[in-house]
Parts: sequence; structure tokens; C-alpha cells
Amino acid sequence: MSFDKILALGQTALELGLVNALTVLALFLSYTMLNVCDLSTDGCFTLGAAVGAVVAMAGYPLLSLPAAMLAGMLSGFVTALLQTRMGIQSLLAGIVVNTALYSVNMAITGNKAQLNMNKTETVFTFAKTFLKDTPLSGQSKLIVEMIAVILVVLFLCFFLSTKLGLAIRATGSNADMVRSSSINPVFTTTVGLCISNAFTALSGCLMAQQQKSFDINLGNGMVTVALASLLIGGVFFGKTRNVPLRAVGAVIGAFLFRVVYALALRLDMPAFMLKAVSSIIVVLAISGPYLRTQIPTWLRAWRASREGGRV
Amino acid sequence: MLRMKDVSKTFSPGTPDAKLALDHLNLDVHEGDFISIIGANGAGKSTLFNAICGTFLVDSGSILLDGRNVTMIPEHTRARQIGRLFQDPMRGTAPDMSIEENLALAAGMGGWLSRVSSHDKKTFRDKLALLDMHLEDRMKQPVGLLSGGQRQALTLLMATYHVPKLLLLDEHTAALDPATAEKVLDMTRSIVEENHITCLMITHNMQSALDLGNRTLMMHQGHIIYDVTGDERKHLTVRDLTDKFRQISGKALDNDRMLLGVG
Repeated sequence: MSFDKILALGQTALELGLVNALTVLALFLSYTMLNVCDLSTDGCFTLGAAVGAVVAMAGYPLLSLPAAMLAGMLSGFVTALLQTRMGIQSLLAGIVVNTALYSVNMAITGNKAQLNMNKTETVFTFAKTFLKDTPLSGQSKLIVEMIAVILVVLFLCFFLSTKLGLAIRATGSNADMVRSSSINPVFTTTVGLCISNAFTALSGCLMAQQQKSFDINLGNGMVTVALASLLIGGVFFGKTRNVPLRAVGAVIGAFLFRVVYALALRLDMPAFMLKAVSSIIVVLAISGPYLRTQIPTWLRAWRASREGGRV
Repeated sequence: MLRMKDVSKTFSPGTPDAKLALDHLNLDVHEGDFISIIGANGAGKSTLFNAICGTFLVDSGSILLDGRNVTMIPEHTRARQIGRLFQDPMRGTAPDMSIEENLALAAGMGGWLSRVSSHDKKTFRDKLALLDMHLEDRMKQPVGLLSGGQRQALTLLMATYHVPKLLLLDEHTAALDPATAEKVLDMTRSIVEENHITCLMITHNMQSALDLGNRTLMMHQGHIIYDVTGDERKHLTVRDLTDKFRQISGKALDNDRMLLGVG
């Protein structure tokens, strides 16, 4: 592989990784901090893409970002409402919202499964025009994404050290204790899911605009991909309890996931294997520590049964 | 201070498992009371605490706290006036967060977006030093690393950070080794006395039920069957209490832990 190719590969991995990093950061908030596995992530990612695409195509590229985030926030609010006020289990609430979002997304795009944004002005083309004649003009994609990721990381670092952020973390750790601190865990769960879904939607919005196309299946499997990235990132800074470091770890995880994936494609892995690979990573990362304690027990039981047979 | 009028609670009503956990219970707690509560398992002691805290809403009756009717007020709102410690030292703190962060939540600080200031940190440090467990040097460590006794002491500090109107202790030393239990109990006594907190304490240790506080309640099948204070209480022995129980309830106390006075 030539140096140019490696560079191009790294660049693509970085671009896709940074967009995905926003979803990974969203899960960092909901999954790692709030301890809620938000299965509406797939639909919310597509929701952000749909809203962003429609608003950008209407001629408001800059407005598309806050619009997508607002839509994501609404979606997160509904998921939170279902699980905190209507007695639906957390996982089921996410799945139900995810299913409904398919219809919502189709309604937003006007019953179109694909939208073409080749001639649409997006935040990326906007940045390109803005950076014209500067040395950075070729890297407008990276710059837009980098700014978004840095802002989100900074926001999370600040937010998670505020009283509200601490309360959200405590809700994931011990909801009883939150209640006895006179804070309603219903409130903290709702705020946490609204914010995390806003980031997921932002991620989807940037993904569609970067690819210059929207597809109704854009978000499929996103929750597993993001979870895999999050767990890969946890390998680096998982041991530390320092929140900023762990947030950076999540971003690195998203990038590494893309690098591994790009390398696998180079080695002739068919592209459709992406989702199987991410599933396997999630399974290994979560069940690994469990198996490590269980396998010696199994071995012992097996040996004991063999010896027992001989006596 | 606390007044419970005709409070009833049935679990699983309308099923064969229906259990009347509180049966038209009446209780008047006066300002500054330190009440110990004894009774066999299933007598309704913890249910009484849950009713006071608002863990569930009672089926009938009313609960007045400091003159205000709190019967329908949600648990987290009541928590502003009520501190509570459980038998399980894990329940009062968030294990994944540091000592400092746990204290920050108990302290409540300012608005939602306020952060721990260096002034807050100093206050936390001073308060932790009072526990005499060297926790003030471990403020950045996760609470999950602390021992049960340390966690329970920290929970006590958190529950009384803002002096509550009412402190509920649900066998809060039962899961600790005897020496640590003694230490936590001493700590409890001094914090309660210093701040004149009205306190209810469930215990299985009959001796400490008599030694601590100014009033003792005995519960059986959702009723308060014996309520003793003043001179009569001063002359009571553990033997008197068990006799009393047999006399009123018509059967012997079936709880070995209570008879032996351990736990």
C-alpha cells in the first residue's frame, strides 16, 4: 500500500469516525453515564439526517443543524416519557420509538426513501466557500466535523461536572440516592436522553450532508456500531474515572473503529460485513470480562467431572 | 413534628398474597424525640419508614410533617426534610462517583448548572474530617472503593448535610462489624444531639433500643403495640420487653437476633 493510499484511507476513516463520534458521545452520555441503553438511536440518527436534509434543501444549511438537534431532543423526550411516566421498560421504549421514527422520517421527507443533495448547499459546501483561498479549503469536511466534535466534547466535560450533570451520573449509578438528594430521577433521565438524542441527530444530519444524500436506512445498526466504538474507546481510558479523558476515549474509539473497518475492506472483506463486525466487537467487549471469570470455573467443573468418573 | 393519623397500607390488595402491612396506625412524634422501634420481621417497621418517606402512597389516613400534610407529596420532595439510612450501606451513595461528587449532590449547591467551588471543597473536607476516617484525603476516589462502615458514615454525613427535620435510621449498623457499628452509632448519636434532630431508629438490638433515645415503640402486625417513655422506660430491661411482647401479642418473640440482643 502506497503512502498516498494510507493517507487517503486515514482521511476517510477520520471523516467518518468524527461524524460517528457524535453518536458515540451521545451513547457515552446515555449508556455509560445514565446507564440507559437507548435503542431509539438508529431511528434518531436517521431523523437527524432527514430533518437536516429537508431544511438544507429548503435553502437553510446552517439552520439544518439546530433543527436536527431539536428533532432529536423531541425524540429523546418521547423515549424518556415512555420509560419514566408510562411504565414501559427502558429497552422496549427505545424499540417502540425507533419503529415509530421510520414513519416519522418518511413523513418528513415526503414519503421518499432517498434524497439527493448533490446540488444542495450544506454546511460542508458552506464551509468550503467560507474557507476558499485559504490553505484549509481542501479540508472543509474535517474542519466542520472537528469543530462539532470539539464543541460536543467541551459541552459534555462542562455539563457532567455541573449539579445537573452529577445528578444524571448518579441516576445511572444509584437512583435511590438521587431521590434522597431531593432530585427527581424522572427529570434527570429526561434531560439526559434529550441531550444525548440531540447529539445523535446532529451526527445523522452531518452524515447525510457529508455524503450528499439521504437514505431512510442510513441509521440502521448505528446503535451497535456506536456501542462498539464506545467499548473500543473504553479500552484506552476505561479505567480512569476522569470524565473528559473518557469522552476523548469515546472519540478515539469511533476513529479506530473506522480504521479497523477500512483496513478490513482493504483485505477484501465485503462492505456488508460492517454490521456483523460491529456486533462481534460489542459481544466480545461486553462478554469478555464475564467469560474470563467463567471459563476457569467451567474448566474446573469439567476436570472434576472427569476425575469423578474415574473413581 | 410528625403525626400519622389512621394510616393503612396493604400490599398486593385483592390477591391471596394480600398483606396488611400498616393497620390504622397512629403515631405522634414530638420535636427532639429520639425513638427506637423494635418488632419481629414483617411487623411493619420498614413499611412505616417507607410511608413516612413517600416510597409509596398510603391507602388511607394522613401524614403530617411539621404541620404540613405530606400524604400526597412525592418522595424526592419530602426528602428535603427527611434523611434516611438503610441497613445496606450501598443504598445511600453512588458507587461510581467520587466522595466529593457524592457530597456535592447531598449539599445541593446552587442552580442546576453550578459546579463544585473550592469553597465547597473546603467545607466537604472539614465535614469529612469530623468522621475521623481519613476520608478527607480520598475525596477524588470512587465511593465504591470504601468499606461498608466508611460508606455508612459518609451516608450519615450526606443525610444530615442540611440538618433534616426528621432522620430515619433503618437498622443502619446491622450490616457492620461490632466495632464499626459502635463507631457509626456514636457518630449518629453525636450528630443527632448536636443538631437536635428528631430521629426514629429501627433496631434489632433490644439493649440499644433501651439505651438510646427517650422513647421506644414496639410494632406487631402493622400496629404499634407498646409505646413507652419517661420513668417507665428507665426501669425497663430486655427481659421486660420480651415479656411485654408475649403478653400483648399473645406469642413469644420469634426472632433469635432480638432475644440475644445482637445485630
